[in-house]
Amino acid sequence: MTTEQAERSAVQSDSEPLLRAEGVSKTFVSGTFRKQYTRALDTVTFSVPEAPPTITAVAGESGSGKTTLARTVLGLVEPTSGDVIYRGTNLAEMSRAQRAEFRREVQVIFQDPFESYNPFYKVDHVLRTPIRRYNMASSKSEADDIVVDALRTVGLRPEETLGRHPHQLSGGQRQRVMVARAVMLKPKIIVADEPVSMVDASLRATILETLRAMNRDLGISILYITHDLTTAYQIAENIIVLYKGRVAEAGSVDSVINDPKHPYTELLVSSIPQPDPETQWGREQEAREDEEMDLKGCNFYDRCAYRMDECTAADPPVYRTGDHRITRCYRFADSPVHLAPDLRSVFADRVAS
Amino acid sequence: MTTAMASETPLVVKDLQVYYHTRRGPVKAVDGVSFELKRGERLGLVGESGSGKSTIALALMMAHKEPARIEGGSILLNGSNLLEDNDEQVRLRRLSEIAMVPQGALNSLNPVMRIRDQVIDGLKDHNVRMSDGEFSQRVAELLESVGLDRDVASRFPHELSGGMKQRVAIAIAISMNPSVIIADEPTSALDVVVQKQVVQTLREVQERIGAAAIMIGHDMGLMAQFASRIGIMYGGKIAEIGPVADIFKNPKHPYTQLLISSLPDTRSKRRLEGIPGLPPSLLRPPPGCIFHTRCPEAMEVCMQEIPATRELDENRFAACHLYGDEDGREVAL
Repeated sequence: MTTEQAERSAVQSDSEPLLRAEGVSKTFVSGTFRKQYTRALDTVTFSVPEAPPTITAVAGESGSGKTTLARTVLGLVEPTSGDVIYRGTNLAEMSRAQRAEFRREVQVIFQDPFESYNPFYKVDHVLRTPIRRYNMASSKSEADDIVVDALRTVGLRPEETLGRHPHQLSGGQRQRVMVARAVMLKPKIIVADEPVSMVDASLRATILETLRAMNRDLGISILYITHDLTTAYQIAENIIVLYKGRVAEAGSVDSVINDPKHPYTELLVSSIPQPDPETQWGREQEAREDEEMDLKGCNFYDRCAYRMDECTAADPPVYRTGDHRITRCYRFADSPVHLAPDLRSVFADRVAS
Repeated sequence: MTTAMASETPLVVKDLQVYYHTRRGPVKAVDGVSFELKRGERLGLVGESGSGKSTIALALMMAHKEPARIEGGSILLNGSNLLEDNDEQVRLRRLSEIAMVPQGALNSLNPVMRIRDQVIDGLKDHNVRMSDGEFSQRVAELLESVGLDRDVASRFPHELSGGMKQRVAIAIAISMNPSVIIADEPTSALDVVVQKQVVQTLREVQERIGAAAIMIGHDMGLMAQFASRIGIMYGGKIAEIGPVADIFKNPKHPYTQLLISSLPDTRSKRRLEGIPGLPPSLLRPPPGCIFHTRCPEAMEVCMQEIPATRELDENRFAACHLYGDEDGREVAL
């Protein structure tokens, strides 16, 4: 690395990230008379750099808080404590104009493409509305060009897509129309919340490849929210594994998925049904689930196959368990404690492909 | 009660046709499907949405509803054709000879009934007579056989997790030792850890009672873990069927080949490739082979003639024009 490069990269890692979550917690309150508190997110900190464009996966089971995290960074859910900062501005303190810019630069793709469509409108409407709203075209033919370009970018043929109603398209096509709509706005980042979990296997690959191309060719960063470690491994550079609202493990997908350290990640990885009859599921790595326990210590204690007495005393700190990995587990107490709450120094850069 | 003979081939499906009758004409959801199941065998039926896999499950349980009708073929269950039975005979054969683990046990259990009573209900419906103590004993045994505590019997469904409910559904399905168990996407709403536990439980009980099982789904990973044989459905027909290792290692039908190569794993990163094109319209299926519109190997003949099913190897069948007489004999439906 030349001095110039070193300086530039130093500047880069110190510079304000694109999107930053700082100790974000969210507690939901339910019940009228006897209030119940559910801690969906518990002091989650991470960031997505401005450059280079990356794909970061957020993985976990239902109840892990991954969808709450997605909704919080989108500004759809207000954190109970902590901050979400987009290009240096706190979401909670944005002006109207900043908010509008944020809405355009941060796009979202949801799980169920059926829900985001009004069945009475043609596909064209879905694509033209944002052009009007953001004054992206000065004439009808310019608007047409934008729509056609966007569809081609995601691998759809405009002549087979336009003029149709949502029900005339397949689930995979509908989801790609949503990607086209997001891409059209030239966003800096797309938050994709389980974008392929409702789509058939044969179309899943196409949509994931489209997202990867958006990242590679158009420089759009992607926050990929998923329960599926296999697809996370395929498209993301880095992964955050959430368990009950807390970061259990994070780092490069290669280190986290190929060599899981946290007992929860280990359990998730060993439960992946590999599409290979010769690689059969390993044996159980989970302690028998006891009754709900309310413990001060590690929140995975009740399911952990490696639990020790010290785990119940206090929440484990985050240990630096590798060049590109942190793990919140007392089994790695020999590793240095990772003090910088940000994951910037942990995440791996994109491997050139 | 008619006791089912412990047949070596408890299920023989021949040329099954199930059509949905719509105003625009019949939709051939299942269009000439044949297969057999041996004792202890686990068949995975795979296909995308609209391939007919769930309709087959419903038809095997004789639980299909209007506008779906069975138009032809036969379902030999322990040697006798389900399609020739009257409603009462079918009712008695369900659960005792063929039982289903439904897609969302979350919704299939009665929310206001204790688990114990739901298990016993099925038994009583089939004229099983026992004392209360014996019933309780049987319920406890069943629950323990699927890895649940016996005191789950006194709970209501809402007190159980999704995985526990699905285990209860398995316990009910095996309560009369059926010779065929059908599981329709039994873990589609469950997390990956629970999914593994439920599928392993299903496999254990199926092996213990020596039943044949059919698992329906689209997750090839789950199929690789569960099935001993795999049938690939496309457009209401079986494109290919064979032992699980052969299907994964040496797929014969171009659709299976594309499907297998589109599967991501966690061993190597690569370009992900889906299957181009769209599933066919079953209302107006294309002439010839129903896959020709998406097939990278389509030839002239594929657009004109429906391919015959050939036995390409021991226990391996595929319906594709790429294979001729020299590759394997044609099998009659």
